Amino acid sequence: MQLTINGEQRDVQSDTVGSVLSELGMDQSPCAVEVNRALIPARKRDEHPLNNGDVLEIVTLVGGG
Amino acid sequence: MDLTLNAPEASKMTLGPCTLSSRLIAGTGKYENHEIMQAALEAAGCSAVTVAVRRERLLDDQGRSLLDFLDLDRYTILPNTAGCFSAEDAVRVSRLGRDLLEQLDNPGQHWVKLEVLGDRTTLLPDPVGTLEACRELVKDGFCVLCYTSDDPIMATRLRDAGAACVMPAGSPIGSGRGIANPAAIQIIHQMLKDPEHGGDPDYPLIVDAGVGTPSDVTLAMELGADGVLLNTGIAHAKDPVRMAHAMRLACLSGYHGARSGRIPRKLHATASSPWEGVISVIPGE
Repeated sequence: MQLTINGEQRDVQSDTVGSVLSELGMDQSPCAVEVNRALIPARKRDEHPLNNGDVLEIVTLVGGG
Repeated sequence: MDLTLNAPEASKMTLGPCTLSSRLIAGTGKYENHEIMQAALEAAGCSAVTVAVRRERLLDDQGRSLLDFLDLDRYTILPNTAGCFSAEDAVRVSRLGRDLLEQLDNPGQHWVKLEVLGDRTTLLPDPVGTLEACRELVKDGFCVLCYTSDDPIMATRLRDAGAACVMPAGSPIGSGRGIANPAAIQIIHQMLKDPEHGGDPDYPLIVDAGVGTPSDVTLAMELGADGVLLNTGIAHAKDPVRMAHAMRLACLSGYHGARSGRIPRKLHATASSPWEGVISVIPGE
């Protein structure tokens, strides 16, 4: 299905948040995920289904003031 | 009292659920590299550091992430909402930051440094958006450390909205202009902390932003702040590690100075040596 991930269109095979993170190789480091502007808590990622056209934001911590 | 440099009494600061062992909170942005940041945080002696929430890129140009350089057992991580220009975005970013820190099991998961900005050039806070976001986040269980302007009325509004700490800017973020309006900070201090003005002496006040040099930190503390939050003043100094050390000393200096009862300002001089017994001729006498 097609998703928008961090502003970019991506075709993915996975159908849950957890599996998308694995597919993209983003499951090794801490990150937080929003789907359609709603937070999906880390503990619910594996069960959270995705639909074609969903918009994901995957964020982490960076240096800031 | 203990006047040694590491005396815990002078450095202990409680903000909401967290008790810190330093009154300086340092940012982690703008450093030339992670190693310099790490050394500067050590020299600053801080126990809480701010971070930002951004789209995953994860790796620096050498393939390393910020988290590889922060000892999470040592530092309480304070995620900010920098870059947010609406209450809605600030709430989203706060929740993302909390989720990240829950995964890291860091005590900072209860916190957020709330910034809702009004404009990209000045980075001045949007008071309406800040108040709206503060209310929403408090309702959601956050301990909100609230960045704001040096407007005393706004400071009381944020406190009344449930902010755990109000953090007026000394001057615009990254400007290095120091405490632009010391009287405003003094009035905020009075309104938040003086019981005669409806304040609570234990309510924390932190001066955030604009600090350029150690004397700015000292002045903030002399004006009665409980602590100072800074980033650029250290990170962009020519020698960030030495500057961090100086900021640490400045903070302690201001803390003790504020509690030592300074002399009143006088127009004319008062001699420190006695007049009695002088052998010289005094003009006019």
